[in-house]
Formats: sequence, structure tokens, C-alpha cells
Amino acid sequence: MEYLIGIQGPDFVLVAADNVAASSIIQMKHDYDKMFKLSEKILLLCVGEAGDTVQFAEYIQKNVQLYKMRNGYELSPSAAANFTRKNLADYLRSRTPYHVNLLLAGYDDADGPGLFYMDYLSSLAKAPFAAHGYGAFLTLSILDRDYKPDLTREEAMNILRKCVEELNKRFILNLHSFNVRLIDKDGIHDMEKLTVGAK
Amino acid sequence: MALQDLCNLQHILLESEAAEQSPGRFGEKAASSYESGLHSSSLLDFYIPVAECLDESPIEFGQIRPDQSSCSISSESSPLPSLPFVSSQPVPLPFPMAHGTTTLAFVFQGGVLAAADTRSSCSGLVACPASQKILPIHSHLVGTTSGTSADCALWKRILSRELRLYQLRNGRRLSTSGAAKLLSHMLHPFKGTELCVAATLCGWDDHSGSRRAAQGQKTDLEAVSSDKVSLSKSSFLTQQPCARKEASLSGPSLFYVCSDGSRLQGTLFSVGSGSPYAYSILDQGVQWGLTVAEATSIAREAVYRATYRDAYSGNCVDIYHVTSQGWTRRTREDLKEEYYREKESRRQTHEAEKKML
Repeated sequence: MEYLIGIQGPDFVLVAADNVAASSIIQMKHDYDKMFKLSEKILLLCVGEAGDTVQFAEYIQKNVQLYKMRNGYELSPSAAANFTRKNLADYLRSRTPYHVNLLLAGYDDADGPGLFYMDYLSSLAKAPFAAHGYGAFLTLSILDRDYKPDLTREEAMNILRKCVEELNKRFILNLHSFNVRLIDKDGIHDMEKLTVGAK
Repeated sequence: MALQDLCNLQHILLESEAAEQSPGRFGEKAASSYESGLHSSSLLDFYIPVAECLDESPIEFGQIRPDQSSCSISSESSPLPSLPFVSSQPVPLPFPMAHGTTTLAFVFQGGVLAAADTRSSCSGLVACPASQKILPIHSHLVGTTSGTSADCALWKRILSRELRLYQLRNGRRLSTSGAAKLLSHMLHPFKGTELCVAATLCGWDDHSGSRRAAQGQKTDLEAVSSDKVSLSKSSFLTQQPCARKEASLSGPSLFYVCSDGSRLQGTLFSVGSGSPYAYSILDQGVQWGLTVAEATSIAREAVYRATYRDAYSGNCVDIYHVTSQGWTRRTREDLKEEYYREKESRRQTHEAEKKML
């Protein structure tokens, strides 16, 4: 039902998420933001079970900020991703596992851009591009074909537009708008929302 | 004060038990947060009436079998079979059962309007035709309830108590957003159990009013806002919620809180089994510029249409209106009359058309 996508370039990461907050068959909100800002250059995109997403993402968000307050410097995206995965793994075999699928995107001043794919079974993989949701089935092959490691921001946006067009054409649900953000060495930039008209 | 002593005593009891059990999702972290909450009079400093049976896995306690599911809809006197269920494997629900009611709320220029039907159903029969689904929480906050009637009534009362305590401790009313967050966090430990509460909180936040109330804290608000600015520069808080907070510091406010953990801010919500029918009427007419009369009329019609189609909604309609002066209640109206009126007017237009032919 929900859709997340991330594309990593040579010096940036482009991420997008749909804007729908649904409750069984009803769209309760059309402008819901699924991205959580962990720090100046790290975004956590979170989808999954209704309450778990916000609770888990806010928990990670506050802990990352606490780390900065205690130690005076920010966690790198890789460290934040591993911290998130560790928490997911710890709760996985407890009475109260979190059913959330995540993408963590960040820019490290030393290592450059990074995109991390995590799922509810607490697997973690650093990937050049990734997607979550039923929409991923429809769009991953577009990414497989068109992605190259040295793509420009414009090319990344074009691939994203192609993915959204494909969803609009073939996906049974109406996901009509997407939040798009870009992370580079200057921080997180809000890009123009991608909207599609009715089919 | 006697009440303070009583609360402290219960906190101490909770603390000694916390060593054995894990009182919430966060295990050790929750225990430490409760302990730290004891020393500071923070917002988490409250006593949740958690039953002993929740010591066991909530999955065993709460998961219901599909053949029992119809009994759990808005039941005031649902016969509780063997509790807890002796099922080795938790049986998941086939799809989330709708709450048997129609409630709606929306924001417009005249404040917030909340409307609901008055039927309480219990597995196919009407348990109460005149129940109250919109409960006032305080003078400027009203909550619609959907789900299990008893759960909603209890948690609304707990919320009222906590909001009143907050007001006494801090000298100002908690915003609707804060109240929604508080309710959401109070319901979170019960996720996965049979607790079923889906509420919309409709309130009027009065930023300038709170400044008047907190006499010795006038400068605190400026300090807080300047803190926010400096913090946002060093990017502690996300910028978007910060902007939203500034914009919605005063005025009408609407939040949807559900026991599954969702908390959404919005301008129009409808909850319950009759909600799709209500949404279709509301989406056609609700906008910011409605007058109070127009808003009342569309809310009434939405509930009426939902009660017409939905078996679990019916009887009368309650309408509450929240403004900066507080909430007001419109007299309860029996929708049966509306049904007969509409039938009569349709019959008359039909006859008029026949005569013209």
C-alpha cells in the first residue's frame, strides 16, 4: 500500500515516499510525511504497521539526537543504520516486535552518500537504489535497467518520474502524490512534490 | 496533599513491581523512564491501571478468533468467554473489524464541529439507542469515541484527569496536539490486546489565553520560541513540524488517535463502520468557509446518510461545536423524523411530477 524509494548518486541521495495515511480502505490523510529527520544529513523513511512506524522512528530519532547532545558530534549514516538495525533485531524476538520497513539515507562527510535498506526482520543492506512496498515490484526493474553509479541529479529525478508514472499506470491503488527530498553535502533539500493526475 | 500522597504511594508500588516485569514496549528503558519520572513531575508521571493479566503475553490475552470477532464490536456487555484464551497459536483477525458507529469531525472557519450517532450495538442487537459518543474532556476539548464503549469512556476520563493535572502543574492548558500525543502514548502499551479506542480530539488551542493564565511565565514563551529558533539552526528539531507548531499554536485543531498507534492531524476525519458513507457526503461539501448553520447541516446529513446505510449506526445524532469560547451542544435529534420527512418530500415531488405528465 505504501511506497518508498531511494536512489544514490556519486555525491547525493534522492528519496521519495508517498503521502497517503490509510486505515483499511479509507485514505485518512493525503499529505502525510513518512520521512523523519534524524540529523542534518540523515533521513529515515519508515512504513509498516500503523502505530509502530511513528513510535519506532521517533524513538530512533530522539536517540540519535541524544547521542549528539552527549558526545558533541553526530552519528554517521552507517552508524545510525546499524543502531536502527540493532534495535529492530532486539525487539524482533520480544513480545512486541516492530513491523516496520525502513530506508535510511544520509551523507557522510568522510564516506560520501549512503542508502541503507532495512526490513522488519532487521536485515540491513547498503544499496545503490532500493524500494519498499508493493510498488517496489513494479519499479525495481526500471531502476535495474536505468541506474548507473555516476548519474546526475537530473537523471535520478527522471528515473524517479518514470517509476511514479509506472505506478500510476499499473498499480491498483491511487498514490497521487509523493514527497521528494535530496541529501547532499549541504544537507537535506525539499524538492517539489511529485503529483500525478487521475488515471 | 492527600491525592499527591496517594499517587506517590502507587508509584512506589509500581516501581517495586517494575523490577520483575517489563511494563511496556521498551522493557528496561520504560522501567528507567518510570523511575526517572518519579523524581521529576514530568508528564509521564502517572499511574496506568494495568491489569495483572497483562503480565502474560498480550498476544495470548488479546487476539480473538474470527468466530468471536462479531461480539467485540462496541460491546457494553459482551459476554467474556474463557479469559485468557487457551490458544497455542494466536489467530489473526481476517481483516480489521470496523467499529460499529459513525462519528465525524471537521475544522472550518467557525471552529470545530463534531457529530456522531447514538447507537451502541452488541453482536447484532442494539444495546443502547441513546448512548453518548461525543464526550467533553474539558471546556475547550471534545472527543468523539469509536470502538469499545467501555474502553473509550475509561480512557477519556483518564485523559481528562491527566489534562487537568497538567493544567494545574503548568498553569496552562495542554494543546490538542499534546493531548493527542499523551493519549497515544498511554494507549501504546496495550497494542496487540483487545483494547479498541478510535477517537478524534477536537479542540480550540488558545495561545494568547495561556499567556494570560501563566502570569509569572510570560517571558518563558519568548524564551521557548527563541530556544526553538536556535535549536532549529543546529537542527535538533525537524523544521516542518516546527513550522506547523507555530502555525497551529492557536485556533481550531483536530487529531485522530487510534489504539493501534496512529495519531494524525487533519481537517476532516470520520471514524467507524459508517465512515465511508459519511466521507462521501462530507467530501462534497466541507470547506473552510462554511457558516455554522451550513456546517451543522452537512454534518447532520452525513450522519443521517450513514445511519441509513449502516446497520450499526442509527437512532439519533449529536452535534458539538467547539469555538474559542468553549464547546456547545446542539439538542439531540431523532433521525427517524428526518427519514420520514425526506420520504414525504420525495413522495410529494414524485406526485407533482406525475401530475405534470
